[in-house]
Amino acid sequence: MRADLDIIQDWIPAGSRVLDLGCGNGELLAWLRDHKQVSGYGLEIDPDNIAACIDKGVNVIEQNLDLGLGNFASDSFDMVVMTQALQAVHYPDQLMKEMLRVGRQCIITFPNFGHWRCRWYLASKGRMPVSEFLPYTWYNTPNIHFCTFEDFERLCQESGARVLERLAVDRDHRHGWASRLWPNLLGEIGIYRVTGPTR
Amino acid sequence: MPTAIPADSVGLVSPQVAHFAEPLTLACGRTLADYQLIYETYGELNASRSNAVLICHALSGHHHAAGYHSEDDRKPGWWDSCIGPGKAIDTERFFVVSLNNLGGCNGSTGPSSTNPASGRPYGADFPVVTVEDWVHSQARLADRLGIAQWAAVVGGSLGGMQALQWTISYPERVRHCLAIASAPKLSAQNIAFNEVARQAILSDPEFHGGHFQEMGVIPKRGLMLARMVGHITYLSDDAMGTKFGRGLKSEKLNYDFNSVEFQVESYLRYQGEEFSGRFDANTYLLMTKALDYFDPAAANDDDLAKTFEVAKADFCVMSFTTDWRFSPERSREIVDALLAARKNVCYLEIDAPQGHDAFLIPNPRYLQAFRGYMNRIAV
Repeated sequence: MRADLDIIQDWIPAGSRVLDLGCGNGELLAWLRDHKQVSGYGLEIDPDNIAACIDKGVNVIEQNLDLGLGNFASDSFDMVVMTQALQAVHYPDQLMKEMLRVGRQCIITFPNFGHWRCRWYLASKGRMPVSEFLPYTWYNTPNIHFCTFEDFERLCQESGARVLERLAVDRDHRHGWASRLWPNLLGEIGIYRVTGPTR
Repeated sequence: MPTAIPADSVGLVSPQVAHFAEPLTLACGRTLADYQLIYETYGELNASRSNAVLICHALSGHHHAAGYHSEDDRKPGWWDSCIGPGKAIDTERFFVVSLNNLGGCNGSTGPSSTNPASGRPYGADFPVVTVEDWVHSQARLADRLGIAQWAAVVGGSLGGMQALQWTISYPERVRHCLAIASAPKLSAQNIAFNEVARQAILSDPEFHGGHFQEMGVIPKRGLMLARMVGHITYLSDDAMGTKFGRGLKSEKLNYDFNSVEFQVESYLRYQGEEFSGRFDANTYLLMTKALDYFDPAAANDDDLAKTFEVAKADFCVMSFTTDWRFSPERSREIVDALLAARKNVCYLEIDAPQGHDAFLIPNPRYLQAFRGYMNRIAV
């Protein structure tokens, strides 16, 4: 399984109901179903990913996250998961509120734009970072809302979300001493577990 | 027929007839004492009888869904693109049953059949049948064929409504429901179009209150108009534009009302003409009523999610982007209700230019998803 998914699955209790936003090929939901009796749905818009979900027997719904989660009732899931999609949606703040409404808890992962490589690239070249890990040019990229760990935690504060658990990892999803020491500078990917203001 | 039967065709098929002597009480309160259903089957029923798939047809459909009736057939059955060896509904794996619904005009008991009470054709005396009635009659056919539970019930448009109704009326008897280009009920606009079609038929002087058969005539003009208006709703604006544009039949405009000038006029007239020669006007009236009346949530305070609570099936719902007759929004109503009822469901919105008709047209993504879903059904 994808390394970040392996970390996430550990945070999802057996038997829970999960909504996976941008579920990709359905790998996480299929694994959780087979190993932890988890039920739920994945939302996805990429046709090939949707086809892969169907092949795996994963409940996949073709739905654009930018149109919100209005079709899901409040508190209808134990966990709402969104991996590597926060930076690609049009209204991250509104989607975050929706996630907190629909799920009792949320797991969100995103690339950290405050990582020293991004900072160094911008500082030394004066241009938006392009790397193997973030390979897009600024004008042609799905990633329209980059943020740093600090930024994300500020958003959590403003949305009234409580951070229950955080993990900063490198691109291979290892969480060594460096990213623990100074996450916003040395962590490349943030993995957060949060809950809503009223919980 | 093509010079040779394609390898992925079910080949030459013959319809069979099941006769039912036990009375069937209908939603309207009337009872059919005696009736028959015509059907075709493709593939083999396995030993555990777990691989049966029911195909439900749409407004003008019938039992001949796949293969050819004779060497002289120009075209195969209406859903041949999806039913056959290696196709989405793989007849190597599944035993497929396709019938003509009650009230139809292709061999099942309907308005053009003889009314045993009078010895004359039923005509307008044939009772109004509903989607629920059809599902009950289909359940009796399943009993007759020894099928306790369908691996899947599949249908497009009005056929999708029957598939949905199956999961509500007989939750134990269907494992998977595929509702394609369908809707949980008709909108006012849908009903309005149906009413125009009905008025076209009812106001034809040859209709004779529905007893035209006894008079030896058919309300051809009315049926033709009904089909023309219906056909417009099956196609998207783009599809019509691409196919006909403003193309003319002749070189110049005639400045009169008698000639067929635009290509699209010619096409609609041809479709209407062809249809009025093969379809029964009373059946058309019945089918549009069945559509109008379908509203399973009505019995549950209009709560569709609550309506689906009894269902035990897994669902696959598909819609097409340019379908404005049963638009993607209508399919999403079904999906949202299924989500709220915590049912297993997959939903796809297929990008296709053809409008409502897209469910009959091979489209790579549609066929891939259809096949993908069917393949995962355990038999």
